[in-house]
Amino acid sequence: MSAAPARTKRNAKAAQGPFGRVGNVVNELDDRLGVAKGGRVFLDKIFPDHWSFMLGEISLYSFVVIMVTGVFLSLYFVPSTNAVIYHGSYAPLRGQTMSEAYESTVRISLNVRGGLLVRQMHHWAADIFTGSIVVHMARIFFTGAFRKPRELNWTIGIIMLILAIFEGFIGYSLPDDLISGTGLRIGYSIAESIPVVGSYLTTFLWGGTFPGDIIIPRFYIIHVLIIPLILAGLIATHLGLLVRQKHTQFKGEGRTENNVVGSPMFPTFMAKTTGFLFMVAAASALLGAFAQINPIWQFGSYDPSKISYAVQPDWYMGWLDGALRIMPSWEFAGFGHTIPLEVFLPAVVFPGLIFNICFLWPALERRMTGDVALHNLLDRPRDRPKRTAAGASLFALLFTLFAASSTDVLANYFHVSLNVVLWFFRFATVIVPIIVAFVTYQLCVEMQGVHGIGKRKRALIVHRSSAGEYSTVTSDLRPDDERTELHPEPVPVRIDIEPLRAGSSAASESSPTGVRQVNR
Amino acid sequence: MSDSDHQASRTRVPMPIATLNDPHMGDAAKNPGRIEVLVALIFVVAIIALAGFGAAYWQNWSPWIIGGTMGAGLFLLGFGLTAWGKYLMPQGPFVEERHVLASSADERDSLAAALVERSAVVVKRRRVLGGLFALGSGIFGIVALFPLLRSLGPVPGNSFEVTDWRKGSLLVDSNGRPVHKDTMVPGGILTVYPKGQEANPSGQATDQTVLIRVQRTDFTTRPGRESWAPEGYVAYSKVCTHLGCPVGLYEQQLELLVCPCHQSMFNVRNGAQPQFGPAPRPLPQLPLAINSGGYLVAQGGYDQAVGPGFWERTTR
Repeated sequence: MSAAPARTKRNAKAAQGPFGRVGNVVNELDDRLGVAKGGRVFLDKIFPDHWSFMLGEISLYSFVVIMVTGVFLSLYFVPSTNAVIYHGSYAPLRGQTMSEAYESTVRISLNVRGGLLVRQMHHWAADIFTGSIVVHMARIFFTGAFRKPRELNWTIGIIMLILAIFEGFIGYSLPDDLISGTGLRIGYSIAESIPVVGSYLTTFLWGGTFPGDIIIPRFYIIHVLIIPLILAGLIATHLGLLVRQKHTQFKGEGRTENNVVGSPMFPTFMAKTTGFLFMVAAASALLGAFAQINPIWQFGSYDPSKISYAVQPDWYMGWLDGALRIMPSWEFAGFGHTIPLEVFLPAVVFPGLIFNICFLWPALERRMTGDVALHNLLDRPRDRPKRTAAGASLFALLFTLFAASSTDVLANYFHVSLNVVLWFFRFATVIVPIIVAFVTYQLCVEMQGVHGIGKRKRALIVHRSSAGEYSTVTSDLRPDDERTELHPEPVPVRIDIEPLRAGSSAASESSPTGVRQVNR
Repeated sequence: MSDSDHQASRTRVPMPIATLNDPHMGDAAKNPGRIEVLVALIFVVAIIALAGFGAAYWQNWSPWIIGGTMGAGLFLLGFGLTAWGKYLMPQGPFVEERHVLASSADERDSLAAALVERSAVVVKRRRVLGGLFALGSGIFGIVALFPLLRSLGPVPGNSFEVTDWRKGSLLVDSNGRPVHKDTMVPGGILTVYPKGQEANPSGQATDQTVLIRVQRTDFTTRPGRESWAPEGYVAYSKVCTHLGCPVGLYEQQLELLVCPCHQSMFNVRNGAQPQFGPAPRPLPQLPLAINSGGYLVAQGGYDQAVGPGFWERTTR
């Protein structure tokens, strides 16, 4: 047809509609999947701003780092206990017989380009992963975010913590070096201590008695496939529930039980959180580059009859090691059977008890307080003295046990007898949590009564007049003191992103505050 | 209707618009110049660092240069992006209503009714069918345990009770050299194995034995063990009775064996009775003899299971 418009860029652009190619893609997708409404709601999803809400993000992003570095390591690691003789570049080990697992880990560390960095990043990111889960959990606990309706996500979180601890232990056991081999031997003995099924459990898992030749390949598949798969599924569920139930938030201007106040998913939150992903990866890279962790080539390969002094597990196992150290030697023997209570109680029953208390806490609190309402607004820890005291007390117990895992080092360092250190920790394990609980409770109660708590203090200026008389004046407000919280508005449908121009048409369209109340 | 008509109709949708004038957009967004320059600078340095990372990897420089440049580059990229988000993007506070997740009472009842009434019809009245199905699944569950669990490894049997020490087993060190009665000076300590097990990992793990020579030649650790320590040679299992670590440290003056894992201490003089720490039982003692060639041999195996406790361990 002669009336067809000329094929100019301008006409092509006009034919695409006001939102160009993206608009076309939206149209095509929406015709088929109906994504427009839900997609816009998703982009407008509100994320409350509080620094403590990024703790879970650290866990998520360190998991990403672990996955990426782990794939790299799996390309070089050989999960086998077959004996080989080392002919590599590290002179002190040359000629020694060692397992392929150890040999390949030494090769990754010393010969694969970038291997040592990636191995150390993997180990550091795993420590960050477990650590950030613990801190995230503490935030959830002390602010009461686990309350109805979020009990299920609390439970999933604890399962992930337990899995992370197992995954970490199995991971640092894989290189088959002298220290990790000793750790495996201890793990084997702990499994062996379980009444009735212990010896079956160990021979099934190890394919015979310790050390056997199957445990490294088995741990490998658990480490690289089974637990990561479960973790990935649980992470997806955790985040899915979070989207469905929406975030909790602290009390503040315009914040109620029935809304969420913060910044929108796109672009603000997405930019900040992607930036944070990069920064967590950067932290792992910098630690991996500058802070040596687990230099296995210095330890030598595992030999069941060798051991080194002052061996300690990774930090998240320290509390169990401490519990094992301070436990009295109470073995039960009778009726033709033995129950090694000195192992079974601190290493199996005790962690079981701790994690079960964590699992049951939301139900316990519901029962104790009779509060069965839905909660979307968070507590300040001081407003719930009993809960805060209980949590602080648990942390005090775990920290004391963690410190008790270095009894020998402390005795050496302070030149006191090991016996004194041991008995100190036996008493401290009982007394410290009680003191901490009491002090925390009192502090919370006192803080509740302080006027203007949480606000910045204004300095008092003391003047001395020429007559020698003293007087005090409150200092001027500083800029931040006066800033009041804005009242939250719904996310505007469109934003004029150009910096303000005098007499701009968009500006004159809008209401005096700049935002139109939008009815969507 | 042609495609362009469809598109044209979209332009008529009126949508309210907000400007950067609004306080919810953030202060810096109105005058973005300085922040833009700053973020751009951060990104430029990040790009330089990441190029350095590439060069460091290419040249195989040391791990701290590879990691340092990568870490610096990633950090600056992340920092710049976060600053961009914090200063140049709509800040809020914006609000979103929270929808009630709970359904209406009618919907709840209808779900409960379906669960209760339909199951009453199709399950309760067909008890035999249900029972058979449950039985079938149960049998499968139990049978499936075998490939899942039992095939993983052997049943323990007496494998926790036995070692490779036999009557007449020659004591050898980790290189397979036998121990002559003149080899060790008093106060010496050596890890020994029954000949043939010194290089076998499972032998090393269970049979490892610590051989000590004390000053006294007529040395008896406990009544009934008068002949077990010829010429002052005494041998104990090296597997700690607490958690199975090698009891690798020897305090020569006090004649104490110390486990480095959890500091259990065993007194060499009285049959390795635990003197300190969490170990519940003495280390089993290996009865020794000296053969006609003057070499140390075992009079027999250990009289009990070595290592940590377990359920089937018989009480003595």
